[in-house]
Amino acid sequence: MNSYLEFSRIGKSFGTDDGVFEALTDVSLAVDQGEFVSLIGHSGCGKSTLLNIVAGLEPATTGGAILEGREIREPGPERAVVFQNHALMPWLSCYDNVALAVKAVFGGRRDKADMHDWVMHNLELVEMAHAAQRMPHEVSGGMKQRVGIARCLAMEPKVVLMDEPFGALDALTRAKLQDSLMAIQARLEATVIMITHDVDEAVLLSDRIVMLTNGPSATIGDVVHVDLPRPRSRLELAEDPAFNHCRRRVLDFLYAARVPEPAAGGAPWRDDVGPREAADADGAGREAAAPGDAPRHSGRDRAA
Amino acid sequence: MQVALPRIPITAAGRRLTLLARRSLIPLLGVAAFLIFWAGAARSVETSLGTFPGPAEVWSQAGNLWQEHLRERSRETAFYERQQARNDSLAARDPDAPIRWRDYTGKPTFFDQIATSLSTVAVGFLLAAAVAVPLGIVCGLSEGFYAAVNPVIQVFKPVSPLAWLPLVTMVVSAVYVSDDPLFEKSFVNSAITVALCCLWPTVINTTVGVAGIDRDLVNVSRVLKLAPLTHVRKVVLPAAVPMIFTGLRLSLATGWMVLIAAEMLAQNPGLGKFIWDEFQNGSSDSLGRIMVAVIAIGLVGFALDRLMLALQRRVSWDKQAILR
Repeated sequence: MNSYLEFSRIGKSFGTDDGVFEALTDVSLAVDQGEFVSLIGHSGCGKSTLLNIVAGLEPATTGGAILEGREIREPGPERAVVFQNHALMPWLSCYDNVALAVKAVFGGRRDKADMHDWVMHNLELVEMAHAAQRMPHEVSGGMKQRVGIARCLAMEPKVVLMDEPFGALDALTRAKLQDSLMAIQARLEATVIMITHDVDEAVLLSDRIVMLTNGPSATIGDVVHVDLPRPRSRLELAEDPAFNHCRRRVLDFLYAARVPEPAAGGAPWRDDVGPREAADADGAGREAAAPGDAPRHSGRDRAA
Repeated sequence: MQVALPRIPITAAGRRLTLLARRSLIPLLGVAAFLIFWAGAARSVETSLGTFPGPAEVWSQAGNLWQEHLRERSRETAFYERQQARNDSLAARDPDAPIRWRDYTGKPTFFDQIATSLSTVAVGFLLAAAVAVPLGIVCGLSEGFYAAVNPVIQVFKPVSPLAWLPLVTMVVSAVYVSDDPLFEKSFVNSAITVALCCLWPTVINTTVGVAGIDRDLVNVSRVLKLAPLTHVRKVVLPAAVPMIFTGLRLSLATGWMVLIAAEMLAQNPGLGKFIWDEFQNGSSDSLGRIMVAVIAIGLVGFALDRLMLALQRRVSWDKQAILR
């Protein structure tokens, strides 16, 4: 397999009362290890469905997602998800929420003191160690989302999937969390796929911005490479022509209300990706890449 | 131009007084109004057993029942003292003399009967909860299972305890055969009847609670690959606790209501039997004594509900939920 994570002609249809509704068609994309990719598109275009397919929470109708040469068939901690509304267990303290994940992933392979240190390490990473024993309803929305990110990172995932992680937060909190996320990503070099509605956020954080066309039959409309040096500072970027160029391209796409015809059998954005990825996108190597006997706990093997 | 509003000084003590008035004075007024209405209405109802008892008669009957209880207790104590003395002197005269110990066999007092009713409803309720909570969890987790079980639940839910009782009685006498039974048959019959009737609210509320768990929380559990039992223990049970307790409270209330009828028919020596016996007895005091039982049933039911509420507050993580 050439690419680390591959979306191979993913299609998703739902049966409705009025017949079959095709939400996604022919979504193909190759993501490199350590790359930060944003998915952006109008509401209801199937971004979350796409993310759920990569997470393994929903099956694709056609095609599929392939991680390190193995087809994704079920959810697992190697593809950890940060949910929009944090999804912390309200009956567990911040510490226990992270500990639940740590015990589930590392239980039996690390001793108690190790796991405790690991929980605290991840809470420190998101600057939440001081509130470890607080209950979720006792902390602010931004703090809850920090804990959600800590829980996700504590699983030592290969891919971090974020579904509008900062969508429910106020602008200041969002900016702070974006900076935290950039710092963490620089340190861990995690592979991240993030859904967002926020153009600035997408340009600031991403290496590539993948723009989805409007549904039904949504597919990838365009891809913008963000060639800005890291570390990035939001204040300096505000004046940066490259930043504004990227921003402009995304905005143009979103507000042009342009719905390009998906080219038959292929991806219309093919020009924008390298020839290698385009070759993969037609799904030629897929069967060989998806052995039916993929071990269930591949993520845990790696973490050990 | 500014208009100076007259300021009414409200001191902390004053505010506390207003709060006290709202919390206790108004309910007390309501109770007083009811008592006056009751006293007035009762006087105009003539029955073959005399005038319908008003609050005063009922109050004096409550006193009588308490006095009877004390008398019975002192008789019991006296009986055991006499037996002890007799057996001691027998043993002193002849160590080999056959010594018999007998239990006191006085008739149960009103307060003994309350205790019997409470233990019966407790056994029936716990039996029901032990079945209903797991059943509700499975129903909530599996749509297919719920679809299969739902018709049965819907049909049995509205069945009156009196319809179950004859069946339960026959089955218990066939199955529960023992020379020295741990429980009276009448007790087992009543408890099982209570259980059959208070199963349903818990099953239904647990099902709704489990089926309604936030999808994101279930997805977290899936991403973590929690084993099914861990999933139930760590995610499903805590998430459903508020609904489970709502169900349990409804169940206990139903169970307590059903119990009185079950005891009347099963002749379990509880409050139901007390009312039935007083009705059959038909003395001029009977109506007053039954009214005491009615009020006692209401007070105990209220206390049971408060007990469940306190328990729910302790167990539930959702401290913000307004519980009434």
